[in-house]
Amino acid sequence: MLHIKCPHCGMRSQNEFSYGGDATVKRPELNKEISDQEWDNFVYNRKSLRGKHLELWQHLSGCRQWIKVERDTATHEIFKTLKANEDI
Amino acid sequence: MTQDFRLDTVGLINRDKKLSFIFNGNNYFGYEGDTLASALLANGVHLIGRSFKYHRPRGFFGAGVDEPYAVVQLYRNNETEPNVKATEQELFEGLEAKSVNCWPSVNFDIGAINNFLKVFLPAGFYYKTFMWPKSFWYKVYEPFIRKAAGLGVASTKHDKERYEHKYEYCDLLIAGSGPAGLASAYAAAKNGARVILAEDKPRYGGTLLTSEVNIGNQTGKEWSENIITELKEMPNVTVRNRSQVFGYYDHNMLVMLEKISDHLPKTKKYHPKQRLWYIRAKEVLISSGSIERPLVFGNNDTPGVMLSSAAKEYLKVYGVLVGKKPLIFTNNDSGYETAIEFKKNGVEPIILDTRKEPNSETIEEAKNLGIQIKLSYVVVAAKGYKKVDSAEIAKISDNKNNLGALENINCDCICVSGFWTPTIHLASQSGNKTKFDKNIDAFVPGVSKQNETTLGAANGKFTLEETLKDSFDAGYELSKKITKNENKILCPKVVEKKKTTHDKFWCVPLPKGKTYKRFLDFQNDVAVSDVEIAVKEGYRSIEHVKRYTTLGMATDQGKTSNLNGLQLVSNIENKIVPEVGHTTFRPPYTPVTIGAIVGREVGKHSRPTRKSPIHYWHEKNNAVFVDAGVWLRPRYYKRGNETLFEGSKREAKNVRTNVGVCDVTTLGKIDIKGPDAAELLNRVYTNAWLKLPVGKARYGVMLREDGIVMDDGTTTRISENHYHMTTTTAQAANVLSHLEYYLQVVWPELNVNVVSTTEQWAGVAIAGPKSRDLLKKLFPKIDVSNEGLPFMGYLEGELFGVHARIFRISFSGELAYEVNVESDNGSFMWEKIMELGKNFEIQPYGTEALSTLRIEMGHVAGSELDGRTIPYDNSLEGMISKKKDFIGKRSLNRKAFVAKDRQKVVGVIPLDKKTSIPEGSHLVKDKNAQLPNPKLGYISASCWSVEFDNPFSLAILKDGKNMIGQKLFAMSPLKNKTIAVEIVSSHYVDPKGERVRS
Repeated sequence: MLHIKCPHCGMRSQNEFSYGGDATVKRPELNKEISDQEWDNFVYNRKSLRGKHLELWQHLSGCRQWIKVERDTATHEIFKTLKANEDI
Repeated sequence: MTQDFRLDTVGLINRDKKLSFIFNGNNYFGYEGDTLASALLANGVHLIGRSFKYHRPRGFFGAGVDEPYAVVQLYRNNETEPNVKATEQELFEGLEAKSVNCWPSVNFDIGAINNFLKVFLPAGFYYKTFMWPKSFWYKVYEPFIRKAAGLGVASTKHDKERYEHKYEYCDLLIAGSGPAGLASAYAAAKNGARVILAEDKPRYGGTLLTSEVNIGNQTGKEWSENIITELKEMPNVTVRNRSQVFGYYDHNMLVMLEKISDHLPKTKKYHPKQRLWYIRAKEVLISSGSIERPLVFGNNDTPGVMLSSAAKEYLKVYGVLVGKKPLIFTNNDSGYETAIEFKKNGVEPIILDTRKEPNSETIEEAKNLGIQIKLSYVVVAAKGYKKVDSAEIAKISDNKNNLGALENINCDCICVSGFWTPTIHLASQSGNKTKFDKNIDAFVPGVSKQNETTLGAANGKFTLEETLKDSFDAGYELSKKITKNENKILCPKVVEKKKTTHDKFWCVPLPKGKTYKRFLDFQNDVAVSDVEIAVKEGYRSIEHVKRYTTLGMATDQGKTSNLNGLQLVSNIENKIVPEVGHTTFRPPYTPVTIGAIVGREVGKHSRPTRKSPIHYWHEKNNAVFVDAGVWLRPRYYKRGNETLFEGSKREAKNVRTNVGVCDVTTLGKIDIKGPDAAELLNRVYTNAWLKLPVGKARYGVMLREDGIVMDDGTTTRISENHYHMTTTTAQAANVLSHLEYYLQVVWPELNVNVVSTTEQWAGVAIAGPKSRDLLKKLFPKIDVSNEGLPFMGYLEGELFGVHARIFRISFSGELAYEVNVESDNGSFMWEKIMELGKNFEIQPYGTEALSTLRIEMGHVAGSELDGRTIPYDNSLEGMISKKKDFIGKRSLNRKAFVAKDRQKVVGVIPLDKKTSIPEGSHLVKDKNAQLPNPKLGYISASCWSVEFDNPFSLAILKDGKNMIGQKLFAMSPLKNKTIAVEIVSSHYVDPKGERVRS
């Protein structure tokens, strides 16, 4: 079980969190004309990286904040955790 | 009464307390402090079971966790447990156990015929033989194999025992209380660290209990007792015996099984049987010791052949002689230590040493005691069927390839020592890259991945002096890192006998003309010849060899067999062992009961149960409950002998004719506040929200980004910047997370706060033509007329002094209201409604009537909004704003979503107007078409229409828009039904929606 440092609450066990996917994906702006391909990439296409991955988690059973976690997908090493509005 | 094989004074058992027990129907006794194994051996019982494949007689091989043979079926307090190791099971009064894997009895086992057929049962036999004819597998082969093979039998009864889970944090977790564990725990604890020390056996001290050493002028045993006593008194130390750390997971999370009651005849009241500890440790010290390796020779699985360390433990801990004419077969000094203990207790051992000219203090002592030692000698084969009665021995040449003349020697047990294998399981599980140490012919931990350090014998350090020094240092250094303290304990002076190097020889060659089976894996009957065949057949990877031969599998997980197997493969392949590598060590290190893994989360406790504040009224009034997610909801209120069908029909009918009341507390409720609340709703919902006036409710549909409907519900504008959102019961939690995601991650600029208020409000729906009349009685002071509170209107009022929110919204399609009060007032509100509703013939209604009402109205719900449908499919395209953007909008123009024959919700009626259509039925054009019959759609929800008194269903149907009036078939292979149906509009009752506005 992973041990994740919530930037708001401190070290907590993985079972307090839920996974939220790739944190580098940016939602296209509202009302902006974009191509089918761009939309497709946003909705469906994700890279399944081996290695460092910046991802979103929600501290569901804690402060309910969405946070960013930089994690190695192969070793589970966590390098850094950030608030949702912070950049790496 | 005396026991033939029990010494009078030696051992740590309590001779004042006799315990009687039953094994295979026979009565025996042992003493407090015995294991089942030691008590049986004291009684001279060596035959304990039959082997897995050949059903060969099985005795005891070890004295602890490594035991491959002695697994029994245990009976305790009217429960039974399979695969219990007799070497680990402590004796208690009234213990009962039986042999496994033998039929009809351990003494006469029909399966033993396999033993004589063994030439036909080589590696991969099952794979090769039972492959054809295919039809034989289920009927002939599998039942036969299942009867003949397998170990114990699991109980089919509900386990009444209590199991607990515990979460713990510490600075240092130390696995194993031998010299390394004790020293490091002591050093770390004295330096202020929070320490957990775990020992899998009942007694602390590990090898200190059996070895003749001296630490700081005390015997090893005394020293260990003093350290443990001191540790137990320290507030920063937790010491646990009968506790096995069996798994090392990510981020230094370890799991430990504490057996609290297994050694007692019965679990004490309020005590658990076992407790599973989840321990998050800053540092882990692995002091799990080592396990002696077997030597491999002919018939080396005969009862009476056992590890020399086990023989020593039975003697020194339990006062039990495993034999009176022991033969010690060793390639290192450890065998001598066992021989010395025999000799000191009046038994004459003979030592066969594979080495030519060994010399050490230990060997000197054996010589001085007058023990007979035969150098360059090996055991070629054990003799005897159910018990060793003699051995075939021979001199072996210096190059170890040739045997001299075979000699017979009388003996009643053979104690083998093939040197020591460090127990590296935990280190390996943590991700440690293990390395092969040529000096000890075994793997030791290499580079750590997590915060783990391996000490003592587990790290390949076999002298006490080195172990203690390393462990005192490690305990101090690691604790200093955490506590920053510098209280250093000095390592005491150690006196131990010096030993010399071991012989790399471990597998005795077969003499000419002999076909003895030489076993590597004792639990699975894997012999040298099996591995040879596997390699000959092309299996190269050690992982493949393992699976093909079953080497190292089953409950002992190859604790004694792994390394010999690797050595054999490397010998055949002319490789060195590290090139072959070892199979992956996976948790658990020892078997763990399912009960312990599940803990308290059984039955009703497997997930939380949520009850509405009105629950107890429902209970008192004959509600039949149904699980709705984690909520318990009334399905219908049973009157007399009513069935669900009758009851729900009555309740639904009463809503259509009079008035009904339904507990809708379970609906998700989210309080939304902030200047940008309207903007958030406008982005989340598909319709327009910016112009909703205060005091008005609106229906909304929200999508996922992929265009699929996520949820629907009404949201009401309570005040300028304050909204009350409702969600479906099932999606409440997901919708909250969804809103939080967009507010925190995507649009943090929106100034809005959301919070769940599901538990804060009790809600009821009051529905039916007489609902307004009832409302007038409930709220006499406010105007609830059609003008005062129009459809989709909102008012606040006082319900007999209780603040209430009144929404004019309808799920049933009737004139209806929903009233919310604070949860604590829920019961009060409900009882008032029932009381005042009497004059209007009010009846409560449950979820089944609720469904009926919404289905015949054509209102879509969970069974249509099932995560696969878009707004169009649910006839919700009118809800889609053309003017603004919202979550998921861009997906709605995907090709499949705008296809001309896109699926759509429709109504379905059986042509006979009698036969209910099973939910999940497929709609097809031709009932006789060739299979697979092309599916046009499926029935999503069915009810008995109370308005028309005939069955009615909703369906999602391809090109549904143009199918109205068509005749199709609803087929349910599951229910074996084919029903001729007609497709109609989904709005079966009140298609213009006049009632809700009346």
